[in-house]
Amino acid sequence: MDFTFTEDELAFREAISRFLMTEAAPEALREIWETDTGRSPELRNKIAEQGLTALSIPEEDGGLGLGDVAWSLMTQELGYYGIPDSLADTAYLAAGVLTARPQTDNLERNQQIKQWLTAIGEGSIRVAVGHPVNPLVADAAVADLLILLDGDDVHAVTRKDIDVVLRPSIDSSRRLAKVSWQPSRDSLLASGEVGKAIQQQILNRGALSAAGQLLGLAQRMLDLSIDYVAQRKQFGRVIGSFQAVKHHLADVASKIEMAKPVLYRAAKEFDDESVDSSVYISQAKIFCAEAAHLAAKNGIQVHGAMGYTWEVDLQMFMKRTWVLESTWGDVSFHKARVNEFVFDANNKIGPGQTFGRT
Amino acid sequence: MNLTYTKQQQAFRLEVRQWLADNLPEQKLASYDTREGFEQHRVWEGKLFDARLSMVMWPEELGGRGCDLIEWLIFEEEYYAADAPMRVNQNGQLLLGSTLIEFGTDEQKKQFLPPMAASQHMWAQAWSEPNAGSDMAAITSKAIREGDHYVINGQKTWSTRASFADWCFGLFRSDPTSSRHHGLSYLMVPLDAEGVTIRPIKALNGKDAFAEIFFDNVKVPVVNRVGDEGVGWRVAMATAGFERGLLLRSPARFQQTARKLVELYKANQQTADNDPSIRNQVSEYWSAAEAYALSAYNTVGRLNQGDKIGAESSINKIFWSELDLKMHETAMRILGSRAELLDNDAQEAYWLDGFLFAQAGPIYAGSNEIQRNIIAERMLGLPRA
Repeated sequence: MDFTFTEDELAFREAISRFLMTEAAPEALREIWETDTGRSPELRNKIAEQGLTALSIPEEDGGLGLGDVAWSLMTQELGYYGIPDSLADTAYLAAGVLTARPQTDNLERNQQIKQWLTAIGEGSIRVAVGHPVNPLVADAAVADLLILLDGDDVHAVTRKDIDVVLRPSIDSSRRLAKVSWQPSRDSLLASGEVGKAIQQQILNRGALSAAGQLLGLAQRMLDLSIDYVAQRKQFGRVIGSFQAVKHHLADVASKIEMAKPVLYRAAKEFDDESVDSSVYISQAKIFCAEAAHLAAKNGIQVHGAMGYTWEVDLQMFMKRTWVLESTWGDVSFHKARVNEFVFDANNKIGPGQTFGRT
Repeated sequence: MNLTYTKQQQAFRLEVRQWLADNLPEQKLASYDTREGFEQHRVWEGKLFDARLSMVMWPEELGGRGCDLIEWLIFEEEYYAADAPMRVNQNGQLLLGSTLIEFGTDEQKKQFLPPMAASQHMWAQAWSEPNAGSDMAAITSKAIREGDHYVINGQKTWSTRASFADWCFGLFRSDPTSSRHHGLSYLMVPLDAEGVTIRPIKALNGKDAFAEIFFDNVKVPVVNRVGDEGVGWRVAMATAGFERGLLLRSPARFQQTARKLVELYKANQQTADNDPSIRNQVSEYWSAAEAYALSAYNTVGRLNQGDKIGAESSINKIFWSELDLKMHETAMRILGSRAELLDNDAQEAYWLDGFLFAQAGPIYAGSNEIQRNIIAERMLGLPRA
């Protein structure tokens, strides 16, 4: 039993953080927001050069073969820097789905999937992932490939075979679309029980990814708020010395600290394919969403009217928080999943039941 | 990261579970806020000590069994899951005990720790004074050195169970010219010493849960001082860290309360669901208790790597005290008009007792306002007022 990260894992996080700090500074994000696609090929190339697109790709396909625990650190950094890119959807969700799909005797299809995985690893394609919990598909218009669901089936559809209608979001970094398409035998990846299992996995991985990003966002908004209250003066004193302001931020810090291990357990148990990992992931999504929600709410409060402006950076992270809170299952959705577990007479709960059944 | 227990840890869990199954008292013990209940708990603690299950983390030569922190968490999980009696000597065992292990001399450890583990000596805290609660550095009780003794004069208050305890430990001003957190010494004082007067303070439940302690020229040997003369504040801060940190409020306690709350809800679902929000609250608190346990495992992992607990002990303190209050408030709402029953044998009493006790959570061990200041100043680096 050791509920901590290895030095390698922490060094990996540190490296990503340093990279994004330079490449994804708020000024750069604002520029990318203004472009038509909202996506920067230059940023994407740099991300790929760092090897970040290849994290989930199995080693035999040229990737790093990292699991969900490493991603729980990675997604926090993606959230912290608010990167305007579908990296997590492509390199974590889609790569996971394509890897999870069992090999079939359709050699041509197997070959194609291998090519897609290689292309994801190289950073040469973007993949968007649809799921019924999200009414709109993020990045559908800029993706080369889309993973879409139909009943119990899972399909992989190329961009030319779908119609998209763009829908603007309050989060300027988001690129949402309503997607229409026709399922076909050619696009079918998995069906029946296998399809259902993969769909469940997509949902869980999506929720885990959103949870990590929310936690990173929460930390960013806290840091921005600390910086602001440490220099803003009223009544002749910096407002950070007022107890009411301190308590707002202490509450945010507490929420973040308590959410971290909930996220980490979810990632680890998901990686270990524990029977209860869906519940752990729902808890993680709830805790991380609540931490980020409070960070936004208290952030705007301590920023005062400045927090209501486009000028300060807080808004970039606040808006992303609001949208991610309800992406990949909103808080009510995940509460329902937890309730189902807690009130089921067959589940063991209480002291000594903290870690999962495998 | 590895979230599975070793074979040795599993074996320890089963051993504790079996011992508790074989040895738990058949009758529920009376409240330890009464003389009768206090003595019943002393007997139970003695039995735990004989099985070397009283202070599992202490070294074997001091009556423990040298467990590490993970094994301690396991022990606590089994202890609470079995509904074993609440520990009556926590102030001694967890606060002073931990402090002595860090700051005590070898002689002090040998003299004080085994009888403390066996609850032959029951301990009370002597921190607060009438004008020094949250502002503990304002204490005025004096301990003036005269040769190999200190002579203590002053008054302490809010001493939990001091009405029945054998000893107390606390901070006294050994340099009469000093102010604030300078010139304080940390002393251990027998409560049967000449010049000690104890006046019980009745708590909300009508029982003598607290007391005031008056010191009138009480002589205490210098060897009863923990740490050097005049640096008692530093030692006391370590004790306060234990109080807010992991040891005093192990997560298993809240996980067990959460489990019982789920059962209470299920048994009263029809009436509870009159307010549909109750269902979500129950589930939310269960998740929160889990989160606290996860945070404890995470902290233990880092402590095992040599880290120290810092401001996160303040986060823990706020978290468990507010969670405990919320769980009990919800239980009272589920019980409705049955919640008021002050009948120790009734099932409802578990919740009423807990509800009353939970009211104090955000106040004691440093009020939650103070904890939030600590987080903001020491963890977030915000300026002092």
